[in-house]
Amino acid sequence: MESVVARAAVWLAVLFIAIMASAVAVDSAFAIHMVIVALAAFIALVATLRGANYSAKAVASPHDPSRYDDDPIRWGMIATVFWGMAGFLAGLYIALELAFPVLNFGEYINFGRLRPLHTSAVIFAFGGNALIATSYYVVQRTCRARLAFPGLARFVFWGYQLFIVLAATGYLLGVTQGKEYAEPEWYVDWWLTIVWVSYLLVFVGTLVKRAEPHIYVANWFYLAFIMTVAMLHLVNNIDIPVSWVGSKSYPLWAGVQGALVQWWYGHNAVGFFLTAGFLAMMYYFVPKQAGRPVYSYRLSIIHFWALIFLYIWAGPHHLHYTALPDWAQTLGMVFSVMLWMPSWGGMINGLMTLNGAWDKVRTDPIIRMMVMALAFYGMSTFEGPVMSIKTVNSLSHYTDWTIGHVHSGALGWNGMITFACVYYLVPRLWNRERMYSLRMINWHFWTATIGIVFYASSMWVAGITQGLMWREYGADGYLVNTFAETVAALHPMYILRAFGGLLYLSGAVIMTANVWLTIAGRLRIEEPLRSAPHDAAADRPLVATPAV
Amino acid sequence: MTAHSTPMLERHKKLERNVSLLGLFALVTVAIGGIVEIAPLFWIDNTIEKVKGVRPYTPLEQAGRNIFVREGCYVCHSQMIRPFRDEVERYGHYSLAAESMYDHPFQWGSKRTGPDLARVGGRYSDAWQVQHLKDPRSVVPESIMPGYAFLAKNELDAGDMKASLVALKDVGVPYTADDIAKANDDLKAQADPMSVPAELQKRYPKAQVRDFDGDPSRLTEMDALVAYLQVLGTMVDVNSAAAQEDLAKEKGR
Repeated sequence: MESVVARAAVWLAVLFIAIMASAVAVDSAFAIHMVIVALAAFIALVATLRGANYSAKAVASPHDPSRYDDDPIRWGMIATVFWGMAGFLAGLYIALELAFPVLNFGEYINFGRLRPLHTSAVIFAFGGNALIATSYYVVQRTCRARLAFPGLARFVFWGYQLFIVLAATGYLLGVTQGKEYAEPEWYVDWWLTIVWVSYLLVFVGTLVKRAEPHIYVANWFYLAFIMTVAMLHLVNNIDIPVSWVGSKSYPLWAGVQGALVQWWYGHNAVGFFLTAGFLAMMYYFVPKQAGRPVYSYRLSIIHFWALIFLYIWAGPHHLHYTALPDWAQTLGMVFSVMLWMPSWGGMINGLMTLNGAWDKVRTDPIIRMMVMALAFYGMSTFEGPVMSIKTVNSLSHYTDWTIGHVHSGALGWNGMITFACVYYLVPRLWNRERMYSLRMINWHFWTATIGIVFYASSMWVAGITQGLMWREYGADGYLVNTFAETVAALHPMYILRAFGGLLYLSGAVIMTANVWLTIAGRLRIEEPLRSAPHDAAADRPLVATPAV
Repeated sequence: MTAHSTPMLERHKKLERNVSLLGLFALVTVAIGGIVEIAPLFWIDNTIEKVKGVRPYTPLEQAGRNIFVREGCYVCHSQMIRPFRDEVERYGHYSLAAESMYDHPFQWGSKRTGPDLARVGGRYSDAWQVQHLKDPRSVVPESIMPGYAFLAKNELDAGDMKASLVALKDVGVPYTADDIAKANDDLKAQADPMSVPAELQKRYPKAQVRDFDGDPSRLTEMDALVAYLQVLGTMVDVNSAAAQEDLAKEKGR
């Protein structure tokens, strides 16, 4: 009972502070954000009070200790699908804005504000929810223990959604720090810090109470991901707010130091959020779906330590030929090239896990998605080191090649492995025999794959075209192209890219329908994906008939 | 192989059984790279040296910069010219570290959907900038930039510029007490064609004082943004003998 009172008091205090802050806010965006916080605190307050056990009777705990604590994972699956749709839709819209600039409207619907909305929605909302949900699932199963601090685990889920809503509405209102992938302003950063530390506590707490003697490899990756993201977030987001009741702040780091801190953060958001975290998903769900043990335990140890050590150094490759000192650029390049090996360690371990189960690529669309995810992972972790070589970078930097590279990783690796995990988890979490339709998974696989091919190839062509046109000299010794001409040259590529995005989004729509119908308890009666034809009439011995 | 690696694998089992040890090892492993690469930037000459001409932004330029950040201009425009022949011919002298030393946050960017802006100051007239921002395709038909006509409609609401300058001073920009005290007046004075430029230029050398948006009766967001664009890359006289001498000493660019 005391804990209910204490928790209610905390929410009441947050509610009051948010209302006061909204009343005295120095800018309207901050006022709107404080109203959102107040609403969230009010909902939390009501939920706390309604959930309390007032009669103090010794009722059985609603949580059955003989079952895993899966509620936040179910919410996380729905959130993953929802934010995925939102992020892909925003992506398609801004791709169309680049092809048809008339789609920019006024202050709120324009590329500059929607682009951070797209990147944050897919990375932090879609990817983040997938990571939190799967880590809750994996850590319980591999530790044979229920989640530690179940209340805190739920707070992490809802707190993270509030972070997403504040960040997203902020971008539309023009609230941004102006640092890529670290756009949310100081108060949103603080809130995320609270949520993230809670996440670390839940995760480590569950590891501590494990019933298995060993910590499974997937959990090493999750642990490294959670800790490193905390470190990056804290260092990159040190700000001085202009006012305690306003949205604007100035970051501590400036100029060249600011650039390196930012790309140390930015590159390792890729390295730890989108690589280490998703490798953790791979290390649990690929062996599970394939029904085979992880290929090599030794390889997983070597590639884990090598990956987390080397990744951190690679940030300066985002700053080649800038005012960053040369030695730092060279270090970044050398470590990026070395990083190729541990990155491929993960791909090899994943693909070789399918040894003896390769036939499933033909029959199981979920395995097929996982294999495609690993193939794209391997491809983009090869392309990355190539682009980090200074000579290549002098052409590729500032062009759409980078955009293509990012998307072959994000759509191919992060997207595909997440879809595979959703398809693995949804029937299990809602106690269904299987997904509503396996054939729809197959459709999703093909629309997504073809979409990525359109996206990546059009951006390669666009990027290389752009890079070559910028540096093209005529026989007279003058630059051949104006900047505007290089923009015009890319128009067809931007349309093809948007088409690729449309295909990818269509695949996600198919997934949403499939997940919806599965949760609703429907099961599509359908032919299995592959069965060898059987002709009963022909299935008999030849009987010799005497010649007439 | 097996003979050597077995003890290593055995020892690794210790980490696999101990969360604190595993966490500690992982944290130390990920901390090293960042420390080695970032820490020296705070004391080596190349990255902390001052170059003649670099000064903090005036309140109006800073307010314009805040609009630049707010609108996410950095997602399509870089402010970092690389030392290549084509870039130097297209955009001007390559960027120096000192030129962004008071940029909180830095806006070097990572993508050129539009051209680099590091030295856009003085390249176009105010009227061109205003027209281009209001309707980009009216001056550059191939442009795919969004229109920013609303900037000319919105009164400049920069908040309390004193508080902004105090915050910037806290993060290391050398504003004087005088600069801070006069911040709100300076903001208005710079866009007021009737004001005396010398007063502002005493504290902010070479500050451009005029009406920027073509409407002297109002102080708009357009005034601030154009004032910011017009100062970009103009603080250092990169072709002066002194600057070239400094650059000759720079190694590795």
